[in-house]
Amino acid sequence: MSGVALTHASSWGAALVRISPYTFSAIGIAISIGVSVLGAAWGIYITGSSLIGAAIEAPRITSKNLISVIFCEAVAIYGVIVAIILQTKLESVPSSKMYDPESLRAGYAIFASGIIVGFANLVCGLCVGIIGSSCALSDAQNSTLFVKILVIEIFGSALGLFGVIVGIIMSAQATWPTK
Amino acid sequence: MYGFEALTFNIHGGYLEAIVRGHRAGLLTTADYNNLCQCENLDDIKMHLSATKYGSYLQNEPSPLHTTTIVEKCTLKLVDDYKHMLCQATEPMSSFLEYIRYGHMIDNVVLIVTGTLHERDVQELIEKCHPLGMFDSIATLAVAQNMRELYRLVLVDTPLAPYFSECLTSEDLDDMNIEIMRNTLYKAYLEDFYKFCQKLGGATSEIMSDLLAFEADRRAVNITINSIGTELTREDRKKLYSNFGLLYPYGHEELAICEDIDQVRGVMEKYPPYQAIFSKMSYGESQMLDKAFYEEEVRRLCLAFEQQFHYAVFFAYMRLREQEIRNLMWISECVAQNQKSRIHDSVVYMF
Repeated sequence: MSGVALTHASSWGAALVRISPYTFSAIGIAISIGVSVLGAAWGIYITGSSLIGAAIEAPRITSKNLISVIFCEAVAIYGVIVAIILQTKLESVPSSKMYDPESLRAGYAIFASGIIVGFANLVCGLCVGIIGSSCALSDAQNSTLFVKILVIEIFGSALGLFGVIVGIIMSAQATWPTK
Repeated sequence: MYGFEALTFNIHGGYLEAIVRGHRAGLLTTADYNNLCQCENLDDIKMHLSATKYGSYLQNEPSPLHTTTIVEKCTLKLVDDYKHMLCQATEPMSSFLEYIRYGHMIDNVVLIVTGTLHERDVQELIEKCHPLGMFDSIATLAVAQNMRELYRLVLVDTPLAPYFSECLTSEDLDDMNIEIMRNTLYKAYLEDFYKFCQKLGGATSEIMSDLLAFEADRRAVNITINSIGTELTREDRKKLYSNFGLLYPYGHEELAICEDIDQVRGVMEKYPPYQAIFSKMSYGESQMLDKAFYEEEVRRLCLAFEQQFHYAVFFAYMRLREQEIRNLMWISECVAQNQKSRIHDSVVYMF
């Protein structure tokens, strides 16, 4: 099937390789920032609603538990950083070279980097948010538990960092053909 | 889908769940109960309670205190907490919280009808009703002569209306029929609540199914024990058991034909969760059964708090508060009547 796809003029495979690599790059950059911010916002509301309710009976927990919100926020910052890095990788190539394998490779690299960072940050934000909610509720009942649950959150936020590292490595591959 | 409530529960329920967990932290502990048991009179109890969350409710009461005043003010706290949560809840949590009240409504209806039968004054009865179970036309209950009138005049406008379909007879209200009516209503209410929780799905349905099944089984055992030696026939007894729970359907068949407590024990010992309860009592003794059931209920309710992102914590909190008010009433009565040796007979410790 794949052999036919590359040679036949009107098939799905041929259609995919005729999509401009700039489309893929732009979508990658959009996903990188958009989905990361979705993850961060999701995590912040999960933590924030529990924190507000628990702080009514136990006001001492508010300042310490803002750390959970900060961890979620960091996830959005990772998305912004990677989006800025990716957009500096975009270069113009003359239209004769737009569908060269080198161009396609660069476009796909930026797209993949965006997806990696976006979805890694989405699940990282969710993870930190849910743990932060449990952390606030447990801290309200027993203040010795806070530091222990914070360790779990730190491991959770490392997931976003993994995504950023791999995303930046991928985007280093994005070399467009020289003019 | 079970397991993914954490993603969306906090949109509508996060704040209220955190509030109810804060209230749970204010329940009395074993140390508090020990302090209360050492009290010499009701003023001492008031002083000890002023250090707990009940403080603001009791501080303006003049001495001499009565036990009924203490219980009334503590119930007021429960009602305030409930109303605060109910007014902030959205669907489906508000429906869930409303279901918790229907049990009290049924109790109030039966209280007024029984009181009217024994020629008591309506106002006096209304003061004894549980505040969570009040509804607008409750005073009109005193006018009804039989069940059909009861339904037509008052209950058709209340949320209890769908539970009445099995009760509609033209028989006059006497003690036996009122008890049967109470149990039939409660059976319909429990089944309705159970179906509602099943519809909610997820962790709520899992935990509530367990709690409601225990409630249904406990009521089945109590109905059986209370109807031994009365004119209630076996078929009638079987009709009062709910259609769910660990004992449904084979346990119900066996319970329906029991004629004394030892036969009930024989039936219940076949079910491992209840075998532990019945093994704590020696043969022929049924006074401790109530306390054993309360202890088991409290244990299960405390376990409901171990999981996050579900509605059963609200139900558990309301029940634990009610148990605490029962404890306080028992302690106050023992102290007021100078029977402190009997305090530990009926106090159920929570944590």
